[in-house]
Order: sequence, then structure tokens, then C-alpha cells
Amino acid sequence: MFDWLQNFADWLIYSVFNVSAETHLGVALNFFIYDTIKILILLFFIVFVMGIVNAYFPIERLKDYLNKKKLYGLEYFFSSIFGAITPFCSCSSVPLFIGFVQGGIPLGVTFSFLITSPLVNEVAIAMFIGMFGIKATLIYAVSGILLGTIGGWILGKFNLEHLLSEWVKNILARKMEQAVYKEEQLTFYQRIPEITQSAWAIVKGVLVYVIIGIAIGAAMHGYVPENFFNDYLGGGEWWTVPLAVIVAVPMYANAAGIVPVIQVFVAKGVPLGTAIAFMMATVGLSIPEATLLKKVMSLKLIAIFFGVVTVAIIISGFLFNILL
Amino acid sequence: MSKVIKVLGTGCPKCKTMVSVVQDVISQHNIDASIEKVEDIMEIMKFNVMTTPALVIDDVITIKGRVPSKDEVLTLLN
Repeated sequence: MFDWLQNFADWLIYSVFNVSAETHLGVALNFFIYDTIKILILLFFIVFVMGIVNAYFPIERLKDYLNKKKLYGLEYFFSSIFGAITPFCSCSSVPLFIGFVQGGIPLGVTFSFLITSPLVNEVAIAMFIGMFGIKATLIYAVSGILLGTIGGWILGKFNLEHLLSEWVKNILARKMEQAVYKEEQLTFYQRIPEITQSAWAIVKGVLVYVIIGIAIGAAMHGYVPENFFNDYLGGGEWWTVPLAVIVAVPMYANAAGIVPVIQVFVAKGVPLGTAIAFMMATVGLSIPEATLLKKVMSLKLIAIFFGVVTVAIIISGFLFNILL
Repeated sequence: MSKVIKVLGTGCPKCKTMVSVVQDVISQHNIDASIEKVEDIMEIMKFNVMTTPALVIDDVITIKGRVPSKDEVLTLLN
């Protein structure tokens, strides 16, 4: 699919710039040009498609559905899928969280959404397809959704409602009236320009991270020796999984920046499972997210939430390494 | 009568875009309206919206979860 792009990169670096394919610099530059263009194309395409899905996603109806139907545990799964579909924007996660809880949806089900929302997002998916291919992306997305489902279910068992912030409890106590809402009527074609624009805005927003991430990746690719991590960091030892996850939790790297670096780790000998676990912990849990959640939850609840998800990610890291 | 416009959003890039779109429309067409940015999550939740940014004109929520075009805002204000 991207052969033409590889040809273009080869031509640009080896013929136009006249850097030899035999040198580290040549390989690194080629990798950088090819990956940057490929990722930007994928990114725009996926963000655009998700924009269309989102424009038509009936959030209110889903909320009512989850609230009214007896789903025998499937509600956690639906809520997790919903988290995967919504674009991750920390600023809308909190209102959605409150909207769910307020709508009578159990806290555990709401947590399923909250876990998956940053974990599986359109930028991470596009980067994963570009760097690891479709199969690894499916593994990442499916396990992210399962992790949200199971994590939410476990958190639901703990009965943590009393650990929400006071004002959230107050909102829950009195039934609030829905403010008057006049639904806008726009046709599909009227919406296209707006969806295109916001897709551009998202791509532009992550552009700098993509470039920095790929540049670091390209540099490492050309200069770090093969099997470096195996030889020096015990690439396959069992403790590398928890270590990678615990290092990654407080880190907040944009998915766009972290994936190209992880790809090099994998190319140089880190097991894919460890890398996926690292990625999940980086994008799924972060200090800025904790700060936002502080507004709706007590510190204790945030700690329990982060703890359960961290353990779940570590376990899935082990599973990936066994299964892959 | 002067219209009261509120833009609900916790300060994400989209919310800022919405404020500037609305401001542009008002100044270009000399519309008599006041814009208030509602950034406090507790205030936002009083409107019971789940997706931000949201546009509220005279206490009616007109747009949720997306940035409108200038034409759309103009139509909504007239």
C-alpha cells in the first residue's frame, strides 16, 4: 500500500540528497521521511473516519440504554467500546463521567469508559497501524477494550461511590432537570467540512510530537545496535514488564510521540508484549489525568483506580508475552 | 434585547476555538450579545451536557460537543 512512498523516500534520500544507503545517516533519514509521511496520511484518514462516527454516535441514547436495560455484565463491555470510540480529550472525559453517573449508570460501568477512553484513541490507533501493522493494532485495541471491561467490573465490585467528591454526590442526590436543548439539524454534507477541519486540527496538534517521536526513533534505528536491549537490558526477563509499566504510569507522552520510539525498542529486541504494556501505561494513566479526576473523586479513589488499572496492564503485559 | 451567550468548556483547544468563532460572528455582524466563558466543571454540569464545547444562547443549549461554523452561529443568533 505504501510502496510508492518507500520509492519516494529512497529516491529523495539516496538520489536527490545523495546520502548513501550504506550509512547510518542514510538509513535514518530514509526511515524518517517514509514514516513521517505515512503516519500523517494514516492519522488524517483515521481521525476523519472517527470524526464521522462520532458526529452520529448517539451518546444520550447509549446512556439511556445502559441505564434501563439489564445487560448481565455486557454493560461494562459496551461502556468500554464507547470509551474507545469517543475521541480522547481529557476535557470531555470528566463531563462524560459525571453525565454517566448522574444518569444512573453504576460507577464501575462508568470506570470502564474512563479506562478505555485514553487507552484506545484514534491517534494511538493510527500510530500503531503505521508502526506495527494491522495485527498488532488489533491486539492493542481488543486488549485495551477488554482491559477497560474487566477493570471497570473489578472497580464496580469495590462499591466506591462514597469516595466521589462531595459536589458530585450532591448532584447525584438531587435529580437535575435537563436544560432546554434544541437539537441542531445538519445534513451529512453540511457536516463534512466541519469534520475535515477538526481532523486537520487534531493532526496539526500532534504533528510536532509525530515529528519528534519519529526523529528520535529514526536516530535510534540507525545508531542503536541490533539486539541492544536483549544484550544490555535483559529484554525478555519477567521483571521488565512491571518495571516498564511502573516507569510509564506517571509519564505523559502523547501517543503520537511515544509509538515511534517503542517501535525501535521492539525492533532492537524488547518483546512486543512488554512494549504494548508500556504504551498502555503511558497513554492510559497519567498525572494530568489524575489532576482532572481530582475534581470529581477523592485521592483515595484515584489511587484505587490507578492501582487496579496498573495491575491489569502488568497482567496483560505478561499475557501478551506468553501469547505473542 | 441583548442575547446572553455562554460557551461551556473546561478550556480545551476546541472550546477556545468556539469562543473565537462566536466572537468573530458577533463583531462582524454587530450583534448585541454578551459572551461568557463557563470553564468551571461544576457550572458546566448544571447544564447537564456530556460533551464540550457547548453553546448556550439565552439558556437554550444549541450545540454540543463540536465547533460550529460562523454561518451556523449566525443562523442560531438570528
